This record gives sequence, structure tokens and C-alpha cells, in this order.
Amino acid sequence: MDENLVFNYTISGDDFTRAGEASSDVKNKLKMMGLDNNIIRKVAIAMYEGEINMVIHANGGTITVEISADNIRMILADTGPGIADIDKAMEQGYSTAPEEVRALGFGAGMGLPNMKKYSDHMEIDSTVGIGTTVTMDIHI
Amino acid sequence: MTIERIKNLLDADVLYGNECLDREVRYAFSSDMMSDVLAYADEHSALITGLCNPQVVRTAEMLDIVCIIFVRNKIPDQNILALAEDKEIVILCTGHGMFTACGILYSNGLLGGA
Repeated sequence: MDENLVFNYTISGDDFTRAGEASSDVKNKLKMMGLDNNIIRKVAIAMYEGEINMVIHANGGTITVEISADNIRMILADTGPGIADIDKAMEQGYSTAPEEVRALGFGAGMGLPNMKKYSDHMEIDSTVGIGTTVTMDIHI
Repeated sequence: MTIERIKNLLDADVLYGNECLDREVRYAFSSDMMSDVLAYADEHSALITGLCNPQVVRTAEMLDIVCIIFVRNKIPDQNILALAEDKEIVILCTGHGMFTACGILYSNGLLGGA
């Protein structure tokens, strides 16, 4: 690939039933590009968790996916409440999600740990009251 | 184990995917928490759940899960079934509770994954 491919998505924060459409679209694109199934699966899971997080916690946001010859980078940016304690948020089982989110099957405190587990590199830049940007790399 | 065998063992209805019942299921994973499914489920698994919303199908899609089994007679709505059809994920519905459904499948040789 000579030039990076870039895909941009706007994630709506008010429709939980549509959460995941961007991740689904990326998964389809990667399949059409003929990438390895294991890599596609890692990208799909990591991005989907991030997309769900945006809808649950931040009233939506934007996702940029950059594909180069040897890396897939996902940048998830929101202007939500920010993460007060990132170390705590990275612990499995720790969640600030309200009860109604748990009733939907999420908010088990696995979102960020899952994103880290399935990506080769992850960075979280968050300021309370300003928002959060999560950058994940998955090597091809 | 084929999806057809699972259908028969659980006395389940096929809500989508009659033409895909010969597909092979390697493992099963049961949970109502989709984040747990995303953390632990293997591909080519069946997902056994009592949660009934579109994100169950989305979760299955991301993980390459081949079959969703709704327990306790939970009937997914048309939106959920349409999404399953779009993603070609078989949807079964059984009257058994989750514990019993898992027990039947396990005792007939279907194991959990990782």
C-alpha cells in the first residue's frame, strides 16, 4: 500500500441500538481487503468496545481508522466527562456505568481492559470535563 | 457439534438460519454480559444468552460467533432477526433456562473455550 487509507466515522450518542455500525463497517472493509482473520477480529472487538464506551459514557464522538502497510490505527475521540482515574478504569471489573447500561449487557468493567488486550499498543489521553481520546494500534 | 444437533438437543426453534444448520460449532460460551463475551469467547462458538437486544448480534458479529441461543423463551424482535440475517448468524430459541441449556450441551460433548 503506497498511501494510508483513512476512514472517518461520527458516532451518535443517543441510539444504543445502532452502536457498533462503524465497527461493523470497518470489519467488512478489512475483510474485503483480504486481511488475516485474526487481525480483523482484534480490530473489530477493540473498536466495538470503544464505540460502545462512547455511546454509554460520552454521548458519542468520532472514530478515525488509519490503515497503512503494517499497522491499523484507531483514534477514538469524545468530548465526554473524561476519565478521573485511568489506572482504576483499566482494572478488570471496575465500572462507572449506571445500572441501566448493565441491563443492556455492558458496563461490566471489561471495556478498556478488552481494548488493551486486543490491541498491540494503546494510549489514553483524558481530561475530566474536556473529553477522552483513545489511540489503539494493531500491527498487520 | 453441528447447529442441527444443538437445535435437537435443546428442542429449540430456528428463528433464522434454517439453511445453515450444518455449520460446525466448536465451543460454547454463556453470559448475559456482552463485555465478558468479548473478552473470552472463541470464534466458531455458540453464544448462549438470556439478553435480547441488537448488541447481542453485534457482539457475535465481531467475534465470528456462528450461532446465538436465546434461553428462557426470549424471542428477539424483527430488528434483531434482520441484523442476524444480514450477518448470517443462526438464531435459536429454547425454553430451557441457561443452566439447563449449558448442562445439556456440555454433557453431550460441547465444551467451553478458552
